[in-house]
Amino acid sequence: MWFRLPVAAALACCTIGTHVSAQERGDAIPASLTGLPGDPARGRRIVADRTRGLCLLCHSAPIPEERFQGDLAPPLAGAGTRWSEGQLRLRVVDPRRLNPDTIMPSYLRRDGLTRVAPAWRGRPILEPQEIEDVVAYLATLREQP
Amino acid sequence: MRLPGAAALTLLLASPLGAEIRPDERRSDFHQMSPETRAMQTDDTANPGMLAVLDGEALWRAKAGPAGRSCADCHGDARITMRGVAARYPAWNAARGTPVGLAGQIDICRADRQGISAWPAESRERLAVTAYVAHQSRGMPISPPGDPEMAAARERGGRLFTARMGQLDLACAACHDDNWGKRLGGTPIPQAHPVGYPIYRLEWQAVGSLQRRLRNCLSGVRAEPFPYDAPELIELEAFLMQRAAGLPIETPAVRP
Ligand code: HEC
Ligand code: HEC
Repeated sequence: MWFRLPVAAALACCTIGTHVSAQERGDAIPASLTGLPGDPARGRRIVADRTRGLCLLCHSAPIPEERFQGDLAPPLAGAGTRWSEGQLRLRVVDPRRLNPDTIMPSYLRRDGLTRVAPAWRGRPILEPQEIEDVVAYLATLREQP
Repeated sequence: MRLPGAAALTLLLASPLGAEIRPDERRSDFHQMSPETRAMQTDDTANPGMLAVLDGEALWRAKAGPAGRSCADCHGDARITMRGVAARYPAWNAARGTPVGLAGQIDICRADRQGISAWPAESRERLAVTAYVAHQSRGMPISPPGDPEMAAARERGGRLFTARMGQLDLACAACHDDNWGKRLGGTPIPQAHPVGYPIYRLEWQAVGSLQRRLRNCLSGVRAEPFPYDAPELIELEAFLMQRAAGLPIETPAVRP
């Protein structure tokens, strides 16, 4: 899991980069990054995995089998009622656009970063399709914390 | 409850990076530990770091190098001559024109006075002698030196502390100034005061240096860690010691 195929990732991301800015509207990215729908079950696994999604380092989520959840950020429970899918997508892809000071990483970003360790250099934290999976999962979170 | 877009979100949630901890709020990360871990630190017979201190005491007296000289031959009784020393390191080394940490000073003594090579970073011996020397300052307040050269080094360290780094694009300050006391995953975020190094860390099952800890945090944000003894790590240490000024030295501290 540490070493997912870097070449495919980089290629995917280059095309996505331009795609995203063309698609962005206001505080949302309405269209799927890959043109494909996300899989909420896969998204849940990514969110739960602290070496992939890393979400639970900062957020809590209704994933009871993961005991150690963070509290640096708002709970993810209810995110699907607070935000549309497009708004959720922007919040994972580039939260800095909404709050330049936020500590939440931009999950699709891969350049303009400082001292990235060689194993991660030139790669986004999540692949575009993984982000689609995460967004699909977040959209199912309809109960408030 | 839907917020009206980006502006409101920014207003509600923006927390400027690098809001420093108020002096009266600064306290050792000892106070965030469980009662069991605190007891392990304060009871010398239970504190595994004391083994390193004892080890260091033996090395302090051991003759070494072509001249067969020990640390004690130059410095005498460490309980007297080394008292307060760790509280004012890193210090400016005029001859070399660079700030040096306590372990770096030990390297210099070995090279210049004993005529032997430095112990490797994180070796048992280097950690033990450093722990023995630092232990002589236990209970004394951290008192960084006033040299202008050290002020410049601290400033560089402070800039690093507030710089976003790594794939996760996080600054040290994001966690240790702005979010200390909260939980990262299950772990309480400490204020990050370097009061007890070398420490015995339960997760490591070993004694380790501040530099090892700093390299862990750098890897945590997926940044390339600075190599051991790199100027950046000494500068970060100098900055952290200033930030912790007045807090008492705890070496050997125990941390989870
Ligand atoms: C290092 C911390 C951190 C990590 C890791 C992180 N977030 Fe966040 N996230 C935040 C913070 C802080 C906010 C609050 C908004 C802000 O800071 O501007 C936030 C906001 C959000 C929001 C909008 C807030 C709301 O009302 O629900 C969503 C959705 C979200 N994050 C999802 C995720 C997901 C999904 C992941 C993992 C793929 C993730 N976050 C990883 C810190 C983080
Ligand atoms: C994403 C959060 C985060 C970031 C960013 C971070 N740290 Fe830490 N740091 C922690 C946590 C959590 C601990 C507690 C130990 C542990 O369990 O890993 C810690 C521990 C420490 C300690 C040990 C404190 C003690 O009691 O001995 C020091 C010193 C420290 N960090 C300094 C730094 C520096 C310097 C940086 C930047 C290069 C940094 N940290 C970046 C989360 C972070």
